[in-house]
Amino acid sequence: MLSFYLKGLLRDRSRSLMPIIVVAIGVALVVLIQCWITGVLGDMIDFNANFSTGHVKIMSRTYYENIDQLPNDLALLESDELLGKIKDQYPGMMWVERIQFGGLVDAPDENGETKEQGPGGGMAVDLLSGKSGEAERLNLERSLVRGALPAGSFEILLSDDFARKLDVQVGDPVTLIGSTMFGAMSITNFTVCGTVRFGSAVLDRGGIIADISGIRSAFDMTGATGEILGFFPDGYYDDEAAGKLSSEFNETYSDPQDEYAPVMVPLREQNNLTGYLDLVGYMKSFIIIIFVIAMSIVLWNSGLLGGLRRYGEMGLRLAIGEEKPHIYRSLITEAVFIGLAGSVAGTAIGLLFSYWMTKGIDISGMLSNSTMMMQGVMKAEIVPAAYYIGFIPGVLATVLGTALAGIGIYKRQTAQLFKELQV
Amino acid sequence: MENNTIIKIENLVKQFPVGGGTFTALNGISLSFGKGEFSGIVGPSGSGKTTLLNIIGSLDSPTKGEVTVMGTGSGGMNAKTASQLRKNHIGFIFQTYNLMSVYTVYENVEFPLLLLKMPASERRKAVLDAIEWVGLTDKIKSRPPQLSGGESQRVAIARAMVKRPGLVLADEPTANLDAANSHHILQTMETLNKELKTTFLFATHDDKVIRYLKRIVTLADGKVVSDESVK
Repeated sequence: MLSFYLKGLLRDRSRSLMPIIVVAIGVALVVLIQCWITGVLGDMIDFNANFSTGHVKIMSRTYYENIDQLPNDLALLESDELLGKIKDQYPGMMWVERIQFGGLVDAPDENGETKEQGPGGGMAVDLLSGKSGEAERLNLERSLVRGALPAGSFEILLSDDFARKLDVQVGDPVTLIGSTMFGAMSITNFTVCGTVRFGSAVLDRGGIIADISGIRSAFDMTGATGEILGFFPDGYYDDEAAGKLSSEFNETYSDPQDEYAPVMVPLREQNNLTGYLDLVGYMKSFIIIIFVIAMSIVLWNSGLLGGLRRYGEMGLRLAIGEEKPHIYRSLITEAVFIGLAGSVAGTAIGLLFSYWMTKGIDISGMLSNSTMMMQGVMKAEIVPAAYYIGFIPGVLATVLGTALAGIGIYKRQTAQLFKELQV
Repeated sequence: MENNTIIKIENLVKQFPVGGGTFTALNGISLSFGKGEFSGIVGPSGSGKTTLLNIIGSLDSPTKGEVTVMGTGSGGMNAKTASQLRKNHIGFIFQTYNLMSVYTVYENVEFPLLLLKMPASERRKAVLDAIEWVGLTDKIKSRPPQLSGGESQRVAIARAMVKRPGLVLADEPTANLDAANSHHILQTMETLNKELKTTFLFATHDDKVIRYLKRIVTLADGKVVSDESVK
């Protein structure tokens, strides 16, 4: 009997091919939206984590309270000792030291006189030990426009825009003028070893990347660090785990009487990301739910129209002696078949488009004056949910639509139905 | 019920709600039909023919009175027993043929037997026999859109007859056919009636059909106004 119905279903393109196409389009859109939203919103989180916040960050309490001022005079002292402890205590995490700094970059001419000057914001990271994974985390290799990564303590990378503004080439000397952690003026010469472009306006305007050893030397921060960033081993931010880890750390290390005592802060509590993360969660759920509901209504209507088109057939089947529950079950079976076929096809199409969208859309032109930590390329991310999210509207809505449409057949008196069926 | 009687109708009343009141479609009908009859319910539009046929076919239920078909009374009938009655004992032929357009002639005729869960080999023989009765063996793989009106109605007859029902109900079976096809169809049904002893009951106001009937029950305004046997 099932093969009889399936035969009819496959032969009648208006009952099979058309609904499958409708389901496939709907499912493909749901999958694409899921991947796109996850990719765009998730990229912003990853970008913030890698360049600024880590998944968790350890700082001195007062540094955290004044973090907007990059207060290296409030840096963590004897950071090696703390780093050793937390590496033992949380061996699954990746811990790295960083120093955020600001300063004036002076580019001299051939006579040693100032040719160009400009304010820059920089980040000192461990590039020379070969164990920190920072070059990969910051995507430095791929961001290189000219030159190479620093091979010595006093080599720095400048953002390509900044280097052009200063009119410096790879190999040129520059002077970083700032202040030591004790408040004295610091003037240190570096060699520009390369230029980078991160695709983020805020980083590309005046960015400096240097090895932490050179910056420690420049700013008299031996044995100190501004921040210790922690990253989960799988590279993905887990808000719950970060919160738990921070609470545990702060219970052990935090001392309300000591303003230099370390505090651990999860990503969500930095850079005003609390609201953003909540918004991401709500928006993602909201958009996906709205889309799923919209597609469900479309597919429900499709099921309903399909049911109405077949009133004559239903009436005939009733007259021949098929029972209403049997007809109802056969409609549901067909809907499951259509829903599954459409969902599989739609998921494949959606994933294909999503894969194509992983290359991204360049919006850097729109962000030239932006101060947000966001990438200039918006791209989709193929996530595990994309493999099944489309089945919710694809199968459930199709079946639900058919089920609701079929209730009319199921509930009505046979005679009334028979009249409506126009048999 | 007498041994030979397959339909017994006693004081049948059928009312439909219309606006705030009721419309009486059938009013105190009492009739019986025996096995092998070739009978018709005739009368003008609105006389209650189709309503009576629907009640006999267990597609509708009486407001009052009792209808017993093939031993199953309307009193204790529920949806399941009504379906069983239609599935096992009643064949329907409709004015508009109502063939399933995506299935072949063979598959359309096969459908009632699938509902009866008849074994495949037995089913195949029954289907081929039925198609042969109506003379469409050469059209076995055709689909309804490829058939003429007369051929389509012959397929509908084969579908109604394939399960060898005790009763075939035909509602205006020739209304969409020309005279030649109507006669062909009626001759086929008449032959089947004689050979298989199947009871045929028509609802019609078509003179071409009426000429073939052996018994004519005339309805007017929901009442039987005459019940005549034709020699």
